Amino acid sequence: MAKVIVDVVLKDEILDPQGDAISRALPRMGFTFSPTSVRQGKSFIITLDHEPGSDELSEIEKAAATLLSNPVIESFSIRVEN
Amino acid sequence: MRVGVVTFPGTLDDHDAARAVRFAGGEALSLWHGDSDLQGVAGVILPGGFSYGDYLRCGAIARFSPIMSAIIPAAEKGLPVLGICNGFQVLCESHLLPGALTRNSELHFLCRDQEIEIVNNESAWTSDFSNGERIIIPLKNGEGSFQCDDRTLNELESNNRVIARYVGLNPNGSRNSIAGITNARGNVVGVMPHPEHAVDPLTGPTADGLAFFTSLMKTRI
Repeated sequence: MAKVIVDVVLKDEILDPQGDAISRALPRMGFTFSPTSVRQGKSFIITLDHEPGSDELSEIEKAAATLLSNPVIESFSIRVEN
Repeated sequence: MRVGVVTFPGTLDDHDAARAVRFAGGEALSLWHGDSDLQGVAGVILPGGFSYGDYLRCGAIARFSPIMSAIIPAAEKGLPVLGICNGFQVLCESHLLPGALTRNSELHFLCRDQEIEIVNNESAWTSDFSNGERIIIPLKNGEGSFQCDDRTLNELESNNRVIARYVGLNPNGSRNSIAGITNARGNVVGVMPHPEHAVDPLTGPTADGLAFFTSLMKTRI
């Protein structure tokens, strides 16, 4: 069994008002690590009953580029966990 | 003139869009998301709402529906298409229009009567306005902030592809206060506020939105 995890985040130049709100909330809650910024993203955890082959990984990459992310505003990365 | 009005699961404003078409003197034809036949319509409206529950991203699932598989190539060949609110988001996800709509900068869902200025009256959906005309129509969305990279913004601005801007305070953080844009050919228009809710003073703040629909009636394809 393997999990293929697709992480999607907004590109750096795209305004992220949710991340900004989180960034402002942290010190208000007493956390002292004072981030310079917080960016909010999302993860897709795709479970397979086998190790993905290179063909399947390139298919997942295609799905990530067409459906799971919007390349106009988002970038993605793919990692495999066993 | 027959104008198709698309209904996705979760679409809210299809009836108002159809009514706006009738007010403009056209005939509205309902198009279902699962169909792929445009039935010879002379234009298509993608109305507002929450297609497919806004799951994944606004408009992301709708973009792959059978009806969009028919609309995308037809729009590329010149069929007039107007996307309002969620419809604008679908057009961006379909790459018929550049950029994307993201969360309002203050994170609130906004619902109010909004003044906008028509800055390009050469598109299929704005030709019945005069340039610089200021109108008031409802704005109601949570993800209405128009975002794109600098290169795209320059391209839009230098080629006169912004069709409307918010007047006064920028309500949602849209780049250059953009409320609506068009494609290079001028047949595809996306607009965030809702002209179809402002075609009759009895049910809307004004009748200012009607000219979007009468514009199409004047367009000869």
